[in-house]
Amino acid sequence: MVKSKSAYSIPGKQGKLDTHVIVVWVDNETGVLARVVGLFSGRGYNIESLAVAEVDPKLNISRITIVTIGTPQVIEQIKLQLNKLVPVHKVADFMRGDKKIIFKEMALLKVVGNNGKRQKALKICKKFNPVILDKTNKSVVIQITALRREIDAIMTNLKKLGLVSVSRTGAVAMTRGAEVFK
Amino acid sequence: MGNLVSGAEIVFKCLEDQDVKVIFGYPGGAVLPIYDELKNFKSIKHYLVRHEQGAGHAAEGYARSSGKPGVLLVTSGPGATNAVTALTDAYMDSVPLVCITGQVPTHLIGTDAFQECDTTGITRPCTKHNWLVKDVKDLAKIIHKAFEVATSGRPGPVLVDIPKDIQFQKTNYIKYKKQKKLNGKSFNPFTQSDIDKLVKLMKESSKPIFYTGGGVINSGPKASELLRELVAATGFPITSTLQGLGAYPGEDNQFLGMLGMHGSYEANNAMHDCDLMINIGARFDDRITGKIDEFSPNSKKVHIDIDPSSINKNVKVDLPIVGDVGEVISSIIKTIKKIKPNFEKSNKQKISKWWEKIQKWRSIKSFDFVNSTEIIKPQYAVQRLYELTKDKDTYITTEVGQHQMWAAQHYKFNKPNRWMTSGGLGTMGYGLPAAVGVQVANPNKLVIDIAGEASVLMTMQEMSTAVQYSLPIKIFILNNEYMGMVRQWQELLHDKNYSESYTAALPDFVKLAEAYGCVGIRATTPDELDEKIKEMINVNKPVIFDCLVDKEENCFPMIPSGKPHNQMLLGPNDQKEKKITGKGKTLV
Repeated sequence: MVKSKSAYSIPGKQGKLDTHVIVVWVDNETGVLARVVGLFSGRGYNIESLAVAEVDPKLNISRITIVTIGTPQVIEQIKLQLNKLVPVHKVADFMRGDKKIIFKEMALLKVVGNNGKRQKALKICKKFNPVILDKTNKSVVIQITALRREIDAIMTNLKKLGLVSVSRTGAVAMTRGAEVFK
Repeated sequence: MGNLVSGAEIVFKCLEDQDVKVIFGYPGGAVLPIYDELKNFKSIKHYLVRHEQGAGHAAEGYARSSGKPGVLLVTSGPGATNAVTALTDAYMDSVPLVCITGQVPTHLIGTDAFQECDTTGITRPCTKHNWLVKDVKDLAKIIHKAFEVATSGRPGPVLVDIPKDIQFQKTNYIKYKKQKKLNGKSFNPFTQSDIDKLVKLMKESSKPIFYTGGGVINSGPKASELLRELVAATGFPITSTLQGLGAYPGEDNQFLGMLGMHGSYEANNAMHDCDLMINIGARFDDRITGKIDEFSPNSKKVHIDIDPSSINKNVKVDLPIVGDVGEVISSIIKTIKKIKPNFEKSNKQKISKWWEKIQKWRSIKSFDFVNSTEIIKPQYAVQRLYELTKDKDTYITTEVGQHQMWAAQHYKFNKPNRWMTSGGLGTMGYGLPAAVGVQVANPNKLVIDIAGEASVLMTMQEMSTAVQYSLPIKIFILNNEYMGMVRQWQELLHDKNYSESYTAALPDFVKLAEAYGCVGIRATTPDELDEKIKEMINVNKPVIFDCLVDKEENCFPMIPSGKPHNQMLLGPNDQKEKKITGKGKTLV
């Protein structure tokens, strides 16, 4: 048996990790994002991606979408701890892969190369609602919306075609059908 | 337009509205306008501390002994950062505090101005909420909200940062209107079906135990009364956390003593072997549970707590009940009365074997120690202190370390709000300033800080506060010249390498007391202890009592790290056996 020299207990078994998307409605006030993000870093929770913007200018409500990884117990804690923050109105959570939920990330991709390469690049992006935001005879900036791993794959494919710059957002999410988040 | 008042005035108008009688504080550049207004508000008494941490702990002592929120007023920069330890302490132990800090004028924020710091940034993780006031029109609303947040739900500290220019600006004062929906939050409160489920579990259980914590005390004195009624009505054994002491009478036969790392053998074994654990207002802290995987393996666990995030945080429970402890207990009692009026009698047979087992554990007498006629044993000192003060309504604060555990083990509390100790954060230097606050809240009561010589030196300057306001607090130092708990861990876990745990140059505490203008008393032998303690009690002045105790006494029993409840280390005799076999060593 290993002799513990610590005044603390040794770590127990770790549970299975799941990826969750957590949506938080907050008052859009100074420091609110710091409160939410600080809660994650202070308690050792993960943030895989983050998207935040005001969604109700009248009521001053912002919607924060956080993708996180944790055991079911940790995810439960995240929700409960978020709910305790004073500027938080409500918290919704669901597993990544939940069929009732749509979520999307956006990426801007700049490809520099000859026309052939640029056309190939566009072709690769075809399935993901490509929009050409800017083009010159040397370059093109393509906007796509897709899932995280799809964007990852496209980035790999575009490398050889002259991908020089990528800018990505965190995931945003919404329920399918007429329902809204409770 | 009505009467325009300055931000500084608004601060005090709000405090008046909130029925604040006492504030602890320390002036400085960024709060001068507020201090300037102090003279116009006669109903509020300001206590000048010697360090902002002292203000925080004094406010904590005040809050915990009175049940009202504690208020402190400090300046920007160092004033705010000095208060951080006390705020964190209050956050961990759920003490309602309202901290008002000055800030540099709005136009200088972010310029690294003199005595500027990002107060709201620094205190964000150690407060329930904090505010930087940017418009004087928001000030009153924010301060009222601050009191609401601090005192509602699970209590805790809040902070309001007020830039100096806002303190000068004028606006209309908005009176406090109590809102129905507290905190903008409504948790799903418990339902009768939760209570029914609990009562069913209680009926079925043959090895039940109540495990109660500070939540009972925070719920108010009524909750403690109800708890006593519930325990009597069920005949179940009860154990308490460090923070919960006093909610149930310490000398009652159904009380198994404190549980946890230095808790009693019977309490910890009962927790390990029970089939039904009813947690009332405690939070499964790591000092309580030991090794989580082996924590009370065969029990159904019920958790009653006002804070939903406390539930399932450390230990998964079978039945969570979210609600105010007092209300929940009251519902349980009502339900029992309705369903099974003779609960105790009908259940006696069922749990009699359990009680037999508990009595067996109890007979080990795990708090016993080998007394001496030559030298004062620290446990003996606490016992004598208890015997000589138990007839008075005594308030005890402590610092952190061995003396704290001995105080918890050997001083018995019969009423709530009489025991103030830093449990969550474990802040050395808590007890002395806390005693100041307790004495302020309870002017004619006996207030004793059971201290260690190392801890008490961290906030010793507050003796000066006690003297200034004639607060006759008693600082009862168990002086072993070591940071005792550090020394104990080094002895048991680090091969007796007493690295930096001995204080080679201690002050003469009797002379120190005299220097502060209070009374110094020293006890060196067990024979004279009683006389000296009586002398201390009878002095109507602050006292520093230097009780020279055995330097190498260890605090037992104890659960070694990484161990479950049923593998406790008992006192010196038990330990000898284990050392010889070599097996004992691995147990630590």
